[in-house]
Amino acid sequence: MADYKNEFGWFAERPQVEKKIYNKYAIFSGLAIFILVATSPLWTNAGRDIPAPKPSLDTPAIQKLADKDRQCVLPTAEMRARHMQLLIDWREQVVRTGNRVWVSPTGKKFEPSLTNTCLGCHSNKAQFCDTCHNYVAVTPNCWGCHLDKAPPTGKMAQAEVK
Amino acid sequence: MGINRREFIKLAGLSTLFGLGGKAAWELLRPGQLEAALTAAPKPLTAKRWAMVVDMRKLDEATAKRCIEVCHRIHNVPNFAKPKNPKDAVSPEEQVRWEVKWIWLEHFHNAFPGMDQPHMAERLQHMNFLLLCNHCDNPPCVRVCPTKATFRREDGVVMMDMHRCIGCRYCMAGCPFSARSFNWRDPRPFVQQEYPDYPTREPGMVEKCDFCAKLLAKGQMPACVVESQGALIFGDLADETSPVREALKNNFAIRRKPFLGTNPQVYYIV
Repeated sequence: MADYKNEFGWFAERPQVEKKIYNKYAIFSGLAIFILVATSPLWTNAGRDIPAPKPSLDTPAIQKLADKDRQCVLPTAEMRARHMQLLIDWREQVVRTGNRVWVSPTGKKFEPSLTNTCLGCHSNKAQFCDTCHNYVAVTPNCWGCHLDKAPPTGKMAQAEVK
Repeated sequence: MGINRREFIKLAGLSTLFGLGGKAAWELLRPGQLEAALTAAPKPLTAKRWAMVVDMRKLDEATAKRCIEVCHRIHNVPNFAKPKNPKDAVSPEEQVRWEVKWIWLEHFHNAFPGMDQPHMAERLQHMNFLLLCNHCDNPPCVRVCPTKATFRREDGVVMMDMHRCIGCRYCMAGCPFSARSFNWRDPRPFVQQEYPDYPTREPGMVEKCDFCAKLLAKGQMPACVVESQGALIFGDLADETSPVREALKNNFAIRRKPFLGTNPQVYYIV
């Protein structure tokens, strides 16, 4: 049953409008350009191989260590996965309990300190910390307060440059 | 069938022996492994209740200024009057507004309001008192801190966890001694020489004296106490033989605004 009333009156026929897209050319070329521009980072980086960072372990302090002592406070894999949690644990232990001795699972004792213990061996913050942090685009805010003992090299984590 | 009494006693004795001898046995088999990294770690100083006595008879102004200087140097406290780079210079008003202080000088009527009288000993009227955080027994800053960034340690030191401070400044409103300072801007351009063993701060953090908790953990006295050459006395208030108790026993000492009930633990011999 037809409409007995619409916006054109009682029992009026709807006007026949030609079904077409106006300004087809301009719209579709504009859309294509927009999609190209919006996805341009994908195209420009397609096929490019960005090598995973290789944090450098070549520091004077590490070189000095005997081969058998050349290990971190925890196994490398564990440090890679949860060094941030370890740093938080150390912070809680030092600030809250005042206990400045941390015993590793192997029974070795360490001073829980970012600047003294971590950077004591890894004195190359730019090559050790920042290469990975830049690669995965994280910007830990440790260095807003904690001091890097090494002389500044000009290479910093991206978001740290003020 | 369970074990009989004889076997049980034998087992218990053996396991006790093993438990007692465990560490020694470990040392025998792998000598030096347990103490490998921290051989020369000094014993930390501990106390039941840390307190300080400021002997104003011995403290001259030059010494007091040296105490302030050494404290601010080893804690990376910025001095807005002396920027590292001359182009960071700030106006005198801003130097006052942004001032960060852990230990500072004040006249009697400012340090001890309510205790000053119209006719006072002239010596006191012009004396500069060395003020610092009082490490109160009933610290209002700890009560008001919404994140528990400020807390009172078991040994009485009122500590700050800078990682946790959100910069709400409730503690500054709560502290009746103005012992707390807010970082209105990045302090690093105003730290003459960064002291590597202590972090700097970020804008939006409150800071104050922590009785050199880091030095105490290393077995050293607070920096100002060492620098004052006997004018500042630091020790355990709970220990009757401590130098602090000796000084309080032999002299009349006053405290800042004791009527507020915060129970400050820095005493002044005038």
